Amino acid sequence: MSTKPVTGIESRKTDRQDAWWIEPLFTVLSLGLFGLYAFWVALNRQHYEYGPYLSPFYSIPLPGVHAKDLDWLAISPAFLVLWIPLGFRATCYYYRKAYYRAFFWDPPACAVPELRKAYKGERAFPFVLNNLHRYFWYLSVPVVAFLWYDAIKAFFFEDGFGIGVGSLIMLGNVILLSYYTFSCHAWRHLAGGCLNCMSKHKTRYTLWQRISRINESHGFWGVVSMLSVWFTDVYIRLCSMGTITDIRLF
Amino acid sequence: MSTVTFRVFRGDRNGGELKDYTIEVQEGMVVLDAIHQIQAEQAPDLACRWNCKAGKCGSCGAEVNGKPTLMCMTRLDTLDTSKPVTVRPMKTFPVIRDLATDVKWNYEANKKIKPFTPAPNTDWIMFQEDVDRVQEFRKCIECFLCQNVCHVLREHDEKTGFIGPRLLVRTASLEMHPLDVENRLDMLKNEGGIGYCNITKCCTEVCPEHIHITDNAIIPLKERVVDEYYDPILGFFRRLFGSKKQTQAPSSGQAADD
Amino acid sequence: MESYTIHDYDVLVIGAGGAGLRAAIAAIEQGARVGVVTKSLLGKAHTVMAEGGMAAAMGNVRPEDNWKVHFRDTLKGGGMLNNWKMVMNYTKEAPDRVRELERWGAVFDRTPDGRINQRNFGGHSYPRLAHVGDRTGLELIRTLQDHAVKMGIHAHMETTIYRLLTDAGRVVGALGFNRQTGEFLVFRAKAVVLATGGLGRIYQITSNSWECTGDGFSLASMVGADLIDMEFIQFHPTGMVWPPSVMGILVTEGVRGEGGVLKNSEGKRFMFDNVPERYKGEFAETEEEAERWLQGDRNARRPPELLTRDVVARAIRKEVNEGRGSPHGGVYLDIASRRPADYIKKKLPSMYHQFMKLGNLDITKEPMEVGPTCHYVMGGVRVDPDTQATNVPGLYAAGEVAGGLHGANRLGGNSLSDLVVFGRRAGMAAAEYAAKQSGSYQVDEAQVRAYIAEALQPFNNPQGENPFALMKELRATMQKNAGIMREEGELKAQLEILANLKKRAWNTSVSGSRAYNPGWHTALDIRLMVEISEAVVLAALARKESRGGHARLDYPDPDPTFAKINHIIRRSSDGTLTVVAEPLPEMPEELRKIAEAKDLKELSDKVGA
Repeated sequence: MSTKPVTGIESRKTDRQDAWWIEPLFTVLSLGLFGLYAFWVALNRQHYEYGPYLSPFYSIPLPGVHAKDLDWLAISPAFLVLWIPLGFRATCYYYRKAYYRAFFWDPPACAVPELRKAYKGERAFPFVLNNLHRYFWYLSVPVVAFLWYDAIKAFFFEDGFGIGVGSLIMLGNVILLSYYTFSCHAWRHLAGGCLNCMSKHKTRYTLWQRISRINESHGFWGVVSMLSVWFTDVYIRLCSMGTITDIRLF
Repeated sequence: MSTVTFRVFRGDRNGGELKDYTIEVQEGMVVLDAIHQIQAEQAPDLACRWNCKAGKCGSCGAEVNGKPTLMCMTRLDTLDTSKPVTVRPMKTFPVIRDLATDVKWNYEANKKIKPFTPAPNTDWIMFQEDVDRVQEFRKCIECFLCQNVCHVLREHDEKTGFIGPRLLVRTASLEMHPLDVENRLDMLKNEGGIGYCNITKCCTEVCPEHIHITDNAIIPLKERVVDEYYDPILGFFRRLFGSKKQTQAPSSGQAADD
Repeated sequence: MESYTIHDYDVLVIGAGGAGLRAAIAAIEQGARVGVVTKSLLGKAHTVMAEGGMAAAMGNVRPEDNWKVHFRDTLKGGGMLNNWKMVMNYTKEAPDRVRELERWGAVFDRTPDGRINQRNFGGHSYPRLAHVGDRTGLELIRTLQDHAVKMGIHAHMETTIYRLLTDAGRVVGALGFNRQTGEFLVFRAKAVVLATGGLGRIYQITSNSWECTGDGFSLASMVGADLIDMEFIQFHPTGMVWPPSVMGILVTEGVRGEGGVLKNSEGKRFMFDNVPERYKGEFAETEEEAERWLQGDRNARRPPELLTRDVVARAIRKEVNEGRGSPHGGVYLDIASRRPADYIKKKLPSMYHQFMKLGNLDITKEPMEVGPTCHYVMGGVRVDPDTQATNVPGLYAAGEVAGGLHGANRLGGNSLSDLVVFGRRAGMAAAEYAAKQSGSYQVDEAQVRAYIAEALQPFNNPQGENPFALMKELRATMQKNAGIMREEGELKAQLEILANLKKRAWNTSVSGSRAYNPGWHTALDIRLMVEISEAVVLAALARKESRGGHARLDYPDPDPTFAKINHIIRRSSDGTLTVVAEPLPEMPEELRKIAEAKDLKELSDKVGA
């Protein structure tokens, strides 16, 4: 029998043998790169359109207003849009988990020690603002509606109805964004989660059940919809720059 | 049959050390079996708390290779036994001895939660869809692994201002009970400290009963607290119409028409 | 000199399972100062493991059900050896106790019309078990725990009672120690309620947790309380048999209630060939009829898998002994081929989880391997059927530690409601008794000092035996010689083994400190376990017949002369145990008619309540 002394009970390192650091690393990389890309796209102000395709970064949620018409603006029209999804995702319960873990190390992974001692959680500024998540949801609904409008428009080319690879990409993108938006925890609460006696509210109960079902994978929708926005923009950008050619399937 | 080395914490609240014990193991053994075998053969005073050895009582929580888990439900063939297996007590609670920790704080903090208060004169008719949610929370076996892994308690030792995931689940089981009329939102915001939770979901990850602690209990409670204390428009209407505190702010309008 | 702290209570409840907590609540309601002692943490008692449900004739699913049918079923299942008055009290009160739990916050599964749902179980004529999935015990204990906390319960957690203290023939308290620190505690109490549960740990293969070491039986017997019917031990037919480390862990009867079937290695549903005479005509005779029953056809009779536990356990043992068992010495319990995967996961979630995790087996895809496991003791401390008082003044017993309700065999689901019905009665009676006692209570200090010295002796005995090894020996020999099938030669041999173990139990050695020392705890447990094992073996020797939970290879059939007697196990002044046969209490004619009713329809309206 051998004996290994340890420095008291409060050992500052974890005994975990698995690769717990992969998840926070992925979060840092994906959120970091996406953030930089989004910022660059917003500043860039070109190549966001190709034929009937419009990059989601430049989908202005105002009826009849197209990003092109806003060239006179001092700032990029993308900023008129971006604050909404940015706010929605920044206050989203899934993304909160992801960034608290990966960027703030509160904690980096389960049962892994933290770096800083002071912690106020979501009781103080700025994180107390996360409680307003539902307002970003309210704002995100019209954004998604306009993206649907854009996606449908992507099937109408100069020569009439058609299907291009880009149309499908835009459709897929808006479907994923819809899943993400409508699997939101705040929406789940507003739709029916706030009730105690479900049997007295049949419609809201049914709605709540459906939301609950997709809410289970809210984090998944969050990640894939972010990636699909990214991909959609890249696709349209490359088409617009002439690097690749969009293929018409129909 | 093969031999496996277990590196087990021996000590008390003043500190201790990891001791190596090598034993012969058999097919299907769990970590608790190994601890019992060490007790019977090598260290009869090795303390560990356990009862049912079937994952139903939640007594034998510990940290096996750094992961909070029930020892009775952790099969050795799920671990890498080519290296020594480290077994430590739950970190968040003071050690009594070896693997047994003093969890009485949980029982004390529990007293902050107002007990079940049924509506007067109810007919006790509840439908399955009314109780499904509450039944999930009532699966809790009080192993306190969620309390142990929660970084607010584990890293920041916030045991005065925060009640922890287990007790948030218990609060949810009462708040969402179809016949309960008590209001616990003030407790949640203040003494309960639900704002300390930053939904990093470790409680859900370790729950041996697979209760969706974060998604189904804590986040819905946070949303209810938002209804009551943070939503400016709901707050405005509350002030405008002078309505007193409601357990279900947004539904209070609908409740009348059903 | 060893110090100890003193706690004063009107009523001391030993045990914080269902019966103990319910007794404590009842006593607090009567205005008594109540202390509760538990060997574990609050809410971890063995009650937590009860799965299937709690029987109460509420008639929520089948309105024909009422206490009379439940009365008849319970007596029939118990081989008519039950104390009729206890059964009557029990069956009449159980529905109120279930509803009371709901008012305290329990959330049972619901019927389509929003009432407490009830499920089928072995030996019950109608669906009668109020349940919450397969974790009813957890719901029961958590509800009682929460309610007791609301009432202001004073709990001494992780505290073991070593001996009861007496003064002039009455119980005046108990001596115990805090397991966490090893400090001794003296409880002075006007009345003591034993709610210590069962004794499954005297057997090697058991569904019981470590706590079930039979403390209450021995504590009571040592102060002169009579035990009754200790030979009747229920081996639950379905325990896990593989892998070895989980052998004995319970597989709920709910699996069969939900349609699971038992098959031997030839794929045959052998229970059709194992319907005993007294149940002939009440069970389905073909697989087709059993299938119709499962589909809800009320004219079909129930499948024979739902026979009483003693019958099923013995049938399984027979299949295995005759070479038709599964590879690991059990038989197959198959629900995978009977119900869709989703249904199984919804109705039997913890079973699904348990097999997945411990046995690496998906019960929605494959059959389970199961075999009998020691589950419950029908016998226990003899009590008054109304007050749960023992023959020792000031001592009460409720729950599994009390005997009489279940006769020779307990029906599944009758235990949880037993706890709350008789826990309440015991708590009320103990509080009433305590209120009548005047003057201050003194405990005999010399007695306390002597017990403390005795309890600490293993620390000063470096040459003694390893208590874990001794425990293993006791459990293995009891399993072999006094297990599910008994025989005179083996029982007598076991008596000699026990005489030897009894001596060795007082010669163990432990090391380390007194704080949370499992070696020491085991050394003290053993002393009580050998005592109660002896009572079991003596009673088993005396009953020369097979009935319910007592099966003798040398007397394989029921014997009418034994049908009329209970065995009382009594300690004489020199400490030896004797078995006395006593005639059953006379049952009133009206109740006898209920008990012997052939046609259930007669019971729906004919006999008045």
